[in-house]
Amino acid sequence: MEQLLESLVRGLGTGSVYALLALAFVIIYKATTVISFAQPAFMLTGAVITSYVTPAIGVLAITGLSFFVSVTIAAILTAGVALVVERLAIRPMVGKAVFTVAIITIGIDIAVRVVVNGFIGLGARPIGFPWGLDRVELLGLDVQIRHLVMMGTVAVVVAALFWFFQRTRWGLAMRAAAFDQEAAMTQGVSVGGVFALSWGMAGALAAIAGSLLATGAGVDRQLWLVALVALPAIILGGLDSLEGAVVGGLAVGVVESLVGTYQRDFAPWLGDNFAVVSPYVLMLVVLLAKPYGIFGTAEVRRV
Amino acid sequence: MSTLAPRTDGTGAHAADGPTAAPAGPAGPSSGRGRSLRGRPGFYRSYEQELALFNTRPKRVAVGAVVLVALVLPFVLEDALLRTLAVAFVFAIGALGLNIVTGLAGQVSLGHAFFLGVGAYTAAAISGDPEGRTIGFGITEMVVWLPAAGLVAALFGVLVAPLATRLRGLYLAIVTLGLVFIGEHVFREWSDLTGGAGVGREAATPVVAGYDLSQGGEAFSRDQQLFFLMFALLLVFALAARNIARSRLGRAFSAVRDRDMAAEMMGIDLPRTKLLAFAISSFYAGCAGALLYSVSGFFDPASFNLLLSVQFIAMVLIGGAGTVGGTIAGALFISLLPTLTRELPEYIPLISRQVTETPNVFQVEQILYGLLIVAFLLFEPRGLFGIWVRIRTYWKSWPFSY
Repeated sequence: MEQLLESLVRGLGTGSVYALLALAFVIIYKATTVISFAQPAFMLTGAVITSYVTPAIGVLAITGLSFFVSVTIAAILTAGVALVVERLAIRPMVGKAVFTVAIITIGIDIAVRVVVNGFIGLGARPIGFPWGLDRVELLGLDVQIRHLVMMGTVAVVVAALFWFFQRTRWGLAMRAAAFDQEAAMTQGVSVGGVFALSWGMAGALAAIAGSLLATGAGVDRQLWLVALVALPAIILGGLDSLEGAVVGGLAVGVVESLVGTYQRDFAPWLGDNFAVVSPYVLMLVVLLAKPYGIFGTAEVRRV
Repeated sequence: MSTLAPRTDGTGAHAADGPTAAPAGPAGPSSGRGRSLRGRPGFYRSYEQELALFNTRPKRVAVGAVVLVALVLPFVLEDALLRTLAVAFVFAIGALGLNIVTGLAGQVSLGHAFFLGVGAYTAAAISGDPEGRTIGFGITEMVVWLPAAGLVAALFGVLVAPLATRLRGLYLAIVTLGLVFIGEHVFREWSDLTGGAGVGREAATPVVAGYDLSQGGEAFSRDQQLFFLMFALLLVFALAARNIARSRLGRAFSAVRDRDMAAEMMGIDLPRTKLLAFAISSFYAGCAGALLYSVSGFFDPASFNLLLSVQFIAMVLIGGAGTVGGTIAGALFISLLPTLTRELPEYIPLISRQVTETPNVFQVEQILYGLLIVAFLLFEPRGLFGIWVRIRTYWKSWPFSY
C-alpha cells in the first residue's frame, strides 16, 4: 500500500511536469492548429539557461529562491527564442498545410538542439536545485522534495494560465482566435499577435518544465526525449483541450510511475525500462477506443 | 482521340533506353494532332502521354543518361565513395516508400524507421547463422530474404493502417512517432533476435544465385559488386514506384491526399486505399532496411531511432514530395551530405573534426539537416524537383517569363 502511494506521488510529480509540456503543445495547437515539434528544443534551452543562471545569481540567501528566480529568467529568455523562431519560420507559413509547418518545427528542433547541446558539453550539467534528491516524510510516506516542488510550481502556473485565459483581454483574444480565426480578425483581434503570444507562452512553459525535470540528474543531451512524452499526454486528453492536457499529463505520469514500480514483478518479459515506452502503449490503446482523445473535440465532417 | 504510337507499358522496357532509342516514342514525330512543336520539346499533348511512364522525350533521354553515367561510375570512383553511393541507393529505396504513403497518399508517417527495423531484422534472421548466438535460419539467398523482409514489414504496415483510417493529420503523425519508440524498445530488449543494445548482430548476406557479393571477386571488387546490385534494385523499385503512381491505385492515393472526402464521394474506398498505401510503403521500407546493413555487414538496435525517420522525411521533402525522381535526388543529397561536410574543415578552419570541440563537423551536419528542411519548406516547397521545374519552365517558355 505504502509502495503504491509513494509510486502515485512520484507519478503525480513528473505527471504535473508532463502536464506543463502538454499545455504548451495544446496552446500552440489551439492558436495555430499546428503541433510544434520544436518543444523539446525549447525545453532543453530553458534547462540549460537555468543551469547557467543559478550559479551566477547564487547569492540569494533564502532556500530555493535563486532557483525560482533563474527559472523565471530562463522562461523569459526561452520565450524570446520561441518568438524569434515564430517570426522567422512560422509566420511566413500561415495558411500552408499543417503538416508542412509541423515538419518545419522538426527542422527547427534539430537545429536549436545542436546549438544548445554545444553549451551542455559531454556530461550532465547540475541545475543548482537546492534540495537535490532529498527526501521528506509526509503522512507516513517517503517523498522526494523535488516532486512536491514540481506539483506546487505546476499548480501555480496552471492556475495563472487559466486565470489568463478567462480573465484577461489577451486571453479572450486567444480563445477567440482559437475558436474562429477569421471571425476573430473581423472583431479586431490581431491574429499575428496571438500566434506570437502562443509561441512565447509555449517556450516559457517548456523552459519551466525542462528546469524542473533536470532537478534530478541535471541537464544532459537525452533530456529532450522527455518532452515527447507530452505527445501521448495530449493525444489522451485531446489535442485541443487545456483541461485534457493537464489530465492527460497527470495520467501519463502516474501510469509511467506505476509501470516502473510493478512491471518488473508482474510482467518481466516486457523487458527493462518498459516504463519509458508505456505512455506510447497507453496512447495506442486509448486511440483504438477514442480516436480524438478523452476530452478532444471529434472532427465533424460535412460535405 | 490520340494518334500516338502505342506505348509499351512494361516496367523495364524503357529503363535501358539510351539517347538513341527515342524515335518510336510518344514525343517522336507522328501525324496529325500529335505533331511536335519545333524547338519546343516536352509539352504533353494528350492525357495518355501525361500518364505514360516516361512522358516526354527529354525525360527518357535524361533517365537513360543517368543510368549510363551510373554504370560507368564504378570504374572511375574509389571504393569508399562507391560504398557510400550504394548505401545512398538503399536510402533512396526507403525514401521512395515514404514518398508513396506521405507524398502520394498524404498520410504523415514519422514511423518509417520502425518498418526499416522490422525489415532489417527479418532479413538478418532468415539469412543468419543457425548456430550463432542470435536467431538465424541460414537461408542466405537474397531472392528469399529480400521479399520476406518486405512482406513482414508490409504486414506491420497493415496492422497500423486501421489506426490510420480513423486518425487524420497530426494525430497520425504522433501515433507513428510512438511506433518508433515502442519499436526501439522491442529491438533493444529482444536480444535473442537483435543481439541487444550496443552489441548488435550480423546483417543479411547478399548472396545472389549462389554468388556471395560481399566477397570481392576477381573481376570486380566487393564495393563495385554491391554498387551494381543496389543500383539495379533501385531501378526496379523506382520503376515500380513510378508505375504505382500512374496506375488507378496511384491516382486514388493522390485523390485521398488532396481531399479525402471528395475522394470518398468518387467511390474510392478510403480504408482500403490507406491500407494499401501503408502496406506498399512498409514493403519498400522493409526491403530498404534489409539491404541497408548488408553493405556494412553489421548493425545494432539503436539504428532505428527518430532521427532516421526524420532523415527520410527530409529526403522526401528536400527532393520533392510526390515525385520519384525528386525523391531519389533528395535521398542521394541527404546521404551524401556527411561526405560533403567531412570536407568542410579543409576550407573553414573554424570547424573542427574532433567530436569534443565546438563547432565540429557532426554538429554542422545536423544543423544542416534541420536548416535545409526549414529552408526548403519556406522557399521551395516542391524541393529539388521544384527547382528543376523552375529551370525547365524558364527555358521552355523563353523568351516569355510566364
